[in-house]
Amino acid sequence: MIDKSTLWTVIILLGVGSFALRFSFLGLVGDRPMPAWLVRSLRYTAVAILPAMIAPLIAFSNEAGTGPDPSRLAAALMTLIVGAATKNVILALFTGASTLGIGLYFFG
Amino acid sequence: MAITTTKSAYWAGFRDGAPFMLVAGPFAVLFGVLATEAGLNLFEVMSFSLVVIAGAAQFTAMQLMQENAPTVIVLISALAVNLRVAMYSAAITPYLGAAPLWKRAFMAYLLVDQSYALSHAKFETEPELSVPARAAYYFGTCTLVMITWFVCSYLGAALGTQLPSNLPLDFALPITFLSMVAPLLRTLPHVIAAVVAIIVALLAVNVPYSLGLIIAGSAGMAAGALSETYLTRKALT
Repeated sequence: MIDKSTLWTVIILLGVGSFALRFSFLGLVGDRPMPAWLVRSLRYTAVAILPAMIAPLIAFSNEAGTGPDPSRLAAALMTLIVGAATKNVILALFTGASTLGIGLYFFG
Repeated sequence: MAITTTKSAYWAGFRDGAPFMLVAGPFAVLFGVLATEAGLNLFEVMSFSLVVIAGAAQFTAMQLMQENAPTVIVLISALAVNLRVAMYSAAITPYLGAAPLWKRAFMAYLLVDQSYALSHAKFETEPELSVPARAAYYFGTCTLVMITWFVCSYLGAALGTQLPSNLPLDFALPITFLSMVAPLLRTLPHVIAAVVAIIVALLAVNVPYSLGLIIAGSAGMAAGALSETYLTRKALT
């Protein structure tokens, strides 16, 4: 159960922080150029942080938490393959969910 | 077709934004469902979606709060996931920077993947657009996506409590994030960034305070940026 005061702190500060990120350049920097290393690093935020977040959830997804659950691993791989091959977010999402559904139905 | 009035610019953006309802909708429903499963009530879910409007950051914050990570770690991680909007902000500033401040504040609030992607492409291909026409187009692209985001968050939250309890919702987040990331793996540095981040995340899984995510994310970003520099230099020589 998430503590209510933590929840509201996160909602408000995350809202303020997200707005600050969105407003940063548009509102404050104008059209002055940014340092190249910063632009370069920003390009890789999503592809670094999102996989880092879910890698442990996939790698330790069996009931004991010691290794991957075969159905969940298969679903993750199918999502990745279809997403990378088709560049279609929704198709990848539904392929992954279907793979998981089929896997769990047949192998528990 | 050339856009002549701000009104037609708004409706052009409105039409161009329509297909993205299909992308925003499922993620918003999923957020509503997962947040409700985590114990949030309808008001809290809707506040979250209204105040933050950032799918990946919202999912990240929810996951870490459920793992009882310290609040400051929740915030840093979720904001790191959302860092790309700062890049979007920088990218549209040359086109919209001349708009009045109050308008730019609204634009900033509504800056998401879809409004950025559509507007930036439009402004690049039609440089003759006036600043008010650009602003109108931008707000047009946001309209349907935002309505979808809020309505589907509501539907997900309303649905959340009525779903069968044997659904494997524990795995909704990995599939969601993989489906968002896979299409972004366009170049070798992107792949390197992801692989390094995954390896470091697995090695750092026992680091306290959920700091492993920040360490792994930073390592991945650095790996991506460095390999890009290296490959560019190699291509030049």
